[in-house]
Parts: sequence; C-alpha cells; structure tokens
Amino acid sequence: MDKQKDIMIPEPLLMPVIEVEHSFFWESLSKNELRIQKCSNCAILRYPPNPMCSQCQFFEHSWELMSGNGEIFSYVVTHQPTHSAFRDRTPLATVIVELDEGPRLVSNILNISPSEIKIGMKVRVVFQKMDDEITLPFFELID
Amino acid sequence: MLLALFNINDYDASMVDKSKVAIVGIGETEYSRESGRSELVLTLEAIMAALEDAGINPHEVDGLMRWSVDTSSEAIVAENLGVKSLNWFGDINQAGNVGAALVASACAAIRSNLAETIVIYRGVNGRSGRRYGSGAVTGRRGQGLGAFSEPFGLLTPQHGLAMMTQRRMYETGITSRHFGMVSVTERFHANRNPRATFFDRPLTIEDHQNSRFVVEPFRLFDCCLETDGGGAIVLTSLERAKSLRKPPAVVRAAAQHAYASTRDYTDTAAKFIAPRLWSQAQITPSEVSVAQIYDHFSPFVIFALEDYGFVARGEGGDFVESGQMSWDGGILPVNTSGGHLSEAYMQGMNQLLEGVRQVRGTSTSQVQDVNFSFVDTGIGTGALILEPDIYG
Repeated sequence: MDKQKDIMIPEPLLMPVIEVEHSFFWESLSKNELRIQKCSNCAILRYPPNPMCSQCQFFEHSWELMSGNGEIFSYVVTHQPTHSAFRDRTPLATVIVELDEGPRLVSNILNISPSEIKIGMKVRVVFQKMDDEITLPFFELID
Repeated sequence: MLLALFNINDYDASMVDKSKVAIVGIGETEYSRESGRSELVLTLEAIMAALEDAGINPHEVDGLMRWSVDTSSEAIVAENLGVKSLNWFGDINQAGNVGAALVASACAAIRSNLAETIVIYRGVNGRSGRRYGSGAVTGRRGQGLGAFSEPFGLLTPQHGLAMMTQRRMYETGITSRHFGMVSVTERFHANRNPRATFFDRPLTIEDHQNSRFVVEPFRLFDCCLETDGGGAIVLTSLERAKSLRKPPAVVRAAAQHAYASTRDYTDTAAKFIAPRLWSQAQITPSEVSVAQIYDHFSPFVIFALEDYGFVARGEGGDFVESGQMSWDGGILPVNTSGGHLSEAYMQGMNQLLEGVRQVRGTSTSQVQDVNFSFVDTGIGTGALILEPDIYG
C-alpha cells in the first residue's frame, strides 16, 4: 500500500479555529503538553472541552497533564477526498486514540501505511508545530 | 426468529396516545440528478401532490413543518399555498434525521388543538445543488468542536459514522459482506419500484464487494444516493381523517430522541428511543409487519435492527444475510421502496412515504396484512408505528 502522502510532516490546510473556552488546550499543545479538562469537583476528565461537567454541573476545572500514551480505539480511511484540504493526501487514515487516562482524541498516526492500522495498537503522542499559534497532537506507534 | 427483547409487561401504559392523529396524504416529485428547478418549486409540487392525495384544499392548511436544513421557509411556503392562517410552524435541527421527530411534534400539536392540518415537507437539490458528502458543505471550517476533528480529516457525517461502524465491526464481528446484503436486498426492492433511481440496475454481492472504498469501511454501494426531489405528508386528527379521500395511516406511536448521557460509543440512538416507542405502541418488535429504516449507510440498517430490539446485538448481520429483510420471504421486509441506497436520498421522507404506502396497501413491494408499519428516520432520532384505522 501507498504510504500516506506528507506523512512525515502532515500539514492540514484545514486548521482549528481557536475559541476562548478552548484556548488553554491549544496553548498547552504549543508547549508540547497534552492537557485535558478536569472537573475541580468530581475530577472527571472531559474532551473535547465543555463549559460544564456533565456529571456534577460544576463549571470550575483545571487542565490535567496526560501521559500521551494510549491505543487505537477506531479508525477510518478516506479514499475519496471530501474537502480540498485533503485532495492530495488520500488514502488518509483518521483514528480515535483512547488515552491511558480515558479520554478519546481524533488524530492521525504518523509513519504508517493506512492498511497497517489496527484497533488496539499502542501509540504515543507526537507534537507537530503547524504555525505560531497551532501545534497539533499526532500519534505514532510504540514499538 | 425475531426475539421479544421487550416484554409487554414492562410497558408504561400511560404513554399511549388516547386521541389519534393520522397521515392522510402523501406526495412526491420525480427523483433525479438534476431537477432543473428550485428547491422551493420541488417543495410546492410535493405538497400539492400530498394535498390532492388527501383531498384537502391548500387554503385549509394551518401548520407547516420542515427539516432545519431545508431552505424553503414555512413563511414562503404558506404564502404560495395561500393558507388562511398559519397557526403552527417550526423546524427541527438534527441534520437529515428529523422526519419522524417532526411527525411526533405535529401529532402533539394536533392533539393539543394548536393546529388541525399540518404539512411536513422536504425539497432538496441534493445532487445538483448542495452535496452533503462534501466537507465544504457539512464541515465546520475548523470552528467549534470541528477544531478537534476536522484538521485530522474527520469532516462529514460519513466520517463519524464510518468510525463508529469500524468499532462495532470489531466488537460484534459483523462484516462488510453483511453490509453488502443490505445494499443488495434494497436494490432488489428498488428493481420492483419504477420511481426508484436504480429501478433498472440490479446489484449483486460481488458488485458490492468489488466496489471501491469511499471512506473505509464504507464501500461505494454502502453509501446513500445524492438526489434532487421533494416529498410531503399531511397530518390531521383521526376524527377528521375518516371523512377524507384516502384510508388513514394512523400514528399509533411517535417519538424523538437526541442525546443520552449513558450512551456507549457504539450505541445508536435507537437503543434509547426503543423502550419509549414500544411502550407507546403497546406492541413488541416481533409484531411489526414491515420496517423502513434510515439507510444513509448500509451498516446502520443492521445496527437499527439490533438496537430497536428486532434482533439481538451481533445477530443483525446473519438476519440480513439469510434473507430476512427481503420482501421475498423475509420475516421483516425492510426499506421496501429501495430506501436511501437505491430509491432516492430524501433524508427520511422516503421512509415516511413508504411506511404510509405499506399501511394503505399500495407499495410496489407490498407486504400482506400489515398490522404495524415501523418507520425510523435516523437510527433512533425519531420513529413511528403506523397502523390501519382499526378504531371504527
């Protein structure tokens, strides 16, 4: 199978738009830290960020540093691009990684052919600086 | 055999509708890749066909409801119909998956005397106009929660649904071949329906298995069509329905559902709407004669069969592969018009129209002696049980 194009330095043309309530997540990434929202009352982790804890309706929260380790929970392989940003990047595997701490993140796996991806593979986070504002969390296999 | 996963003794009798509402008119345009006219014109043509079917003058309509993604506002439709007084209107915002939810709302309004005659409509140039498979149309340009998924290529409904499908394959052992049998069976139904886009094109399991991946695990023939067209239904009280032109399709149960905090990743909304639906209807899944299920992607027909309780989780694939969803000898014929995969993609309007036809006895793949016609318009976001008028 073909390797994913641009696999060494993926450069999504479709970049996240940073919103005020999410800004700490992106600021942490730019310091090469993966931090996930944690309820200050019941300590439940939540991702993507939300204003309120769904368990106890507490607004106050901290941002917990993650180990960056996890495993592939599910994946898809886009063969027919649905957006111009991905026109030259198919086949493109998109995965959900379940972190060891529990939260699940959408991401891509670096340095692997899409056909090799399997549910349950162990992975770790790799930070990729996209520009001054945005660093994205990708993952790679743990040998 | 169908399993009675829901025990009649568990039902909550207080959920039964005491004053009945019925679907008394259905209408649609032709289905095409390029309608050559506006979505408003498609909408009005479908509504006029539905009102003609019911024998109701457009001036008498006093309620209009639509999908939020529909571009024809209630106001502009009312203006064209010349309604005397528009007393009930509104849209529901859950992308394509709101057909039965709109029916549930319309029933509540009619039972509450907020309106007497409500038309639910859908008119869309889904092929020649806005194509929902495009990330530029359905994506969020990296905004909102799109910031956490879109930069990695997760953009359209098919991406999220393919992700869930992959995980459910892993958990239950269901296969692409099972999905293919959904597509093949629906194509067989479409081949019996002259209105269907794929009326004259058969499909084999080999065709399906050899078709290219679009978003893996979805192959080309797992994906719904893109269609230009319009459809409409007319609802009123059963009391009034008795004096109208066509036999009513009585709404025995109608429910909607959008969110459950206890949902696991591979659960569909069907798992959460099912207990309320069966309670309202006071029937078990095994009593259903025929089913229409929202088939944006073929695996979700199987997931719906499982999560509504027609079969146990993990057994839907074998159910489909052994021919049980076929009009030709199946225990529960599903998507008898060809569905979104092979008739047209009208975002659930197909399911509503065909569910009514099965009650009337006018489907091109008519099931005999229909007592209960099941309609899902979003794998649990909305569902109906329709029945003939048994209320004298």
